[in-house]
Amino acid sequence: MPERIEKSLLLPKKYFWSGNIACAEGALQAGCRFYAGYPITPSSEIMEHMANRMPQLGGVFIQMEDEIGSICACIGASWSGVKAMTATSGPGLSLMLEGIGYALMTETPCVIVNCQRQGPATGQATRPGQGDMMQARWGAHGDYRIIALSPWSSQEMYDLIILAFNLSERFRVPVIFLADEVIAHLKEAVLVRPEFVIFDRYKDKEKPPFGEALIPPMPTFGEGAALLVTGSTHNEWGVRKVQDSLAHEKLNIRLINKIEANKKEIVKIEQYFVDDCEILIIAFGITARSAYQAVKMFREENKKVGLLRLVTIWPFPEEAIREAGDKSKKVLVCEMNQGQIFYEIKRVLGDKKEVLPLFKTCGEAIYPWEVMEKVNLLL
Amino acid sequence: MSQSLTKYLREEVFPTPFCPGCGHGILMGAILRAIDELQLDFQKMVFVSGIGCGAWIPSPHFKADTLHTLHGRPIAYATGVKLARPDLKVVVISGDGDLAAIGGNHLIHAARRNIPMTVICANNSIYGMTGGQVSPTTPKGAKTETTPFGNQETAFDLCKLVKACGASFVCRYTVFHIKPLIKALIKGLNTPGFAFLDVISPCPTQFGRRNQMPKIYEMLQDLKKRALPYDKAKARTSEELKERIVIGEYE
Repeated sequence: MPERIEKSLLLPKKYFWSGNIACAEGALQAGCRFYAGYPITPSSEIMEHMANRMPQLGGVFIQMEDEIGSICACIGASWSGVKAMTATSGPGLSLMLEGIGYALMTETPCVIVNCQRQGPATGQATRPGQGDMMQARWGAHGDYRIIALSPWSSQEMYDLIILAFNLSERFRVPVIFLADEVIAHLKEAVLVRPEFVIFDRYKDKEKPPFGEALIPPMPTFGEGAALLVTGSTHNEWGVRKVQDSLAHEKLNIRLINKIEANKKEIVKIEQYFVDDCEILIIAFGITARSAYQAVKMFREENKKVGLLRLVTIWPFPEEAIREAGDKSKKVLVCEMNQGQIFYEIKRVLGDKKEVLPLFKTCGEAIYPWEVMEKVNLLL
Repeated sequence: MSQSLTKYLREEVFPTPFCPGCGHGILMGAILRAIDELQLDFQKMVFVSGIGCGAWIPSPHFKADTLHTLHGRPIAYATGVKLARPDLKVVVISGDGDLAAIGGNHLIHAARRNIPMTVICANNSIYGMTGGQVSPTTPKGAKTETTPFGNQETAFDLCKLVKACGASFVCRYTVFHIKPLIKALIKGLNTPGFAFLDVISPCPTQFGRRNQMPKIYEMLQDLKKRALPYDKAKARTSEELKERIVIGEYE
C-alpha cells in the first residue's frame, strides 16, 4: 500500500528547533533521502542540517554548483526512486523555475522549500517577505496546476513538510513550501510524535507511467521498465509527440485535472472565530500568526473579528474563502507583499464584498498592533 | 544496423529523425557496439540527454531507461541519478551547445567531482536543431546563421577543459575513426570515474552547406585530413594545430 505508518526517527518528545531545522528533520521523517542545494540566505541552515544528517541515515547530500543543478539533481534522484528535496530563497527559486516546469511536465514528485525574503532581485536577503506567492503559482512557463503550502510555526515547518512530501508522492507533482525568513529562523518547541502517516508513490511498471489513469503509477529507473521520460509533449508511454495537437491537449488537461479534481483532499485551511465575525481577516504564514494574536485580543474586548488562515495557497482555497467571506461584513487581507493574494480574494468574493488590504514590504513582519490598528478603522 | 544490435532499440520509433549525412547515426551505432562488446546489462543503464539533435540519439531510440531533460542540464540530472542509484550505469549523450554552452557549468563541476558517469558529446560544432547558429565549438572563421561574416570567437577545446577539471578519462575521436572510437567508448564505459568523449560528428545540413562542404563525403574527408593523433600533436605548436582535430586519449 502506498500509505503506511512510520515510526519516528527521533525520540518522540519536544525539541527546541528553528523552523529551518524543523523543516530538515520533518523532510527526513517523510522519507527524504536526497538533498541537493545551493547556499542562500535565509534557507542555508536546512542544507547545513542535511549535510550532517543524510550520511547518518544512508541518504545523499550534495551541494550543487547552482540552484538549476539542484532542482535537476532532485528530479534525477526522484526518478531513481528516492524522495528528494531542495531549499532556497527568491533568487534561487527564479533559477529553478524551468526545472520545476520539467517536474510538472514529467510528473516528478519533489519538494522545493522557499524561505521567502524581500525581492525582486537580491532585495533584502536577511529579511522576510511573502512576495513569491504568484511565482509559485505561475513561475514556470505554460499551463499547469501546482501545490504550495504555507507554514506558520516551527511545528508546522515539521508537520507540513511531511504533508508536502505526501502530497507530492500522492499526486506526482512538485510541491512548493512557502516559508519565510521569520519562520525559518524562529526557534520554538516542536513536538515529534511517535508515528506518522507516510505516502509512497504508487508503482506499476505494466501500466503507462504518463496517462490512462488521472494520476498514473510511477516506476523507477533500473527496474526493467525501459522508461522514456521527457519534458517534451509525450503520449502515455513517454514517447515524444511534439507535433501532435491532441496529445498535447490531453496531457495538459490531465496535469490540470489531477489537481483540480482532488482539490477537496488537498486544500487545508484553519478558521478562528469565523462564524459570527464582522471583520474577517485572511492571512497566511507568519502574517497569520500576528493576525491570530490580534483576533484574540479583539475577542477579549468582545469585538467580532475572525481569522481565516490559508495553509494551502495553491490550489487556491476558493470555497473556504467564499464561505467565510459570506459570513462577514468586511474582509481584511494581510500579507507581506503588494497584493498577490489580495487580488485573488477579490476575484473570489466579487465586487459586492468590501475587501481591504494591509500590505507591508519594508522587510519587517506585520505586527499584531498593525493589524489591530487597521481593524479598528473598519469596525 | 546489424541484427545483433536491434535488441537495444525501440524499432517502432524508427526511422531516426536525423538528416541525411548526419554523423549521429554512426555515433549511435558505435555506442551500442561498445555496450554490446562489454555485455552490459541494458536494463541497468540510464541514458540522460539534454535538448538538441545529439540528445535524440538515446531518446527515444534506446530500449533502456532514458531521461530526456532540459536544455543544458543532463549532467545535473545524471548526477542525481548516479548518487541516488550508484548501482546503475549512467551515460549522458548530448550536443556541444547543450554540454559546453548552456550546460558548461555542470560539465566542469561533474568532472571536478569525478562523478562516475560517461559523458558523450555529440559535437557537430553547431546548433543544428534550431537552424545552424554558432556554438562554443564552432571553429574560428566558420560561417553560421549567427556568424554570417565568419566566427570571430575562439572555440573551446573541450578535452583540455574537462581534463583540467579532473576527469578520469578524456578523449576525442570523430565518427570517421569508427574503430578507435568504439575502443574509446569501451574504455569510457569501463572508467570508474568521470569519462568524457568529445565525438566530432558532421552536420552537412547546417554546417557543411554553409562552409563549402555540402556533401557528407566532403565532411568525412575533411575529418580524415584534419585528424592528428594526440601523441604527434604534443610536439606541435598551437599555431600548427590551429586547423587540426587532435584525436586520442588526453593525458
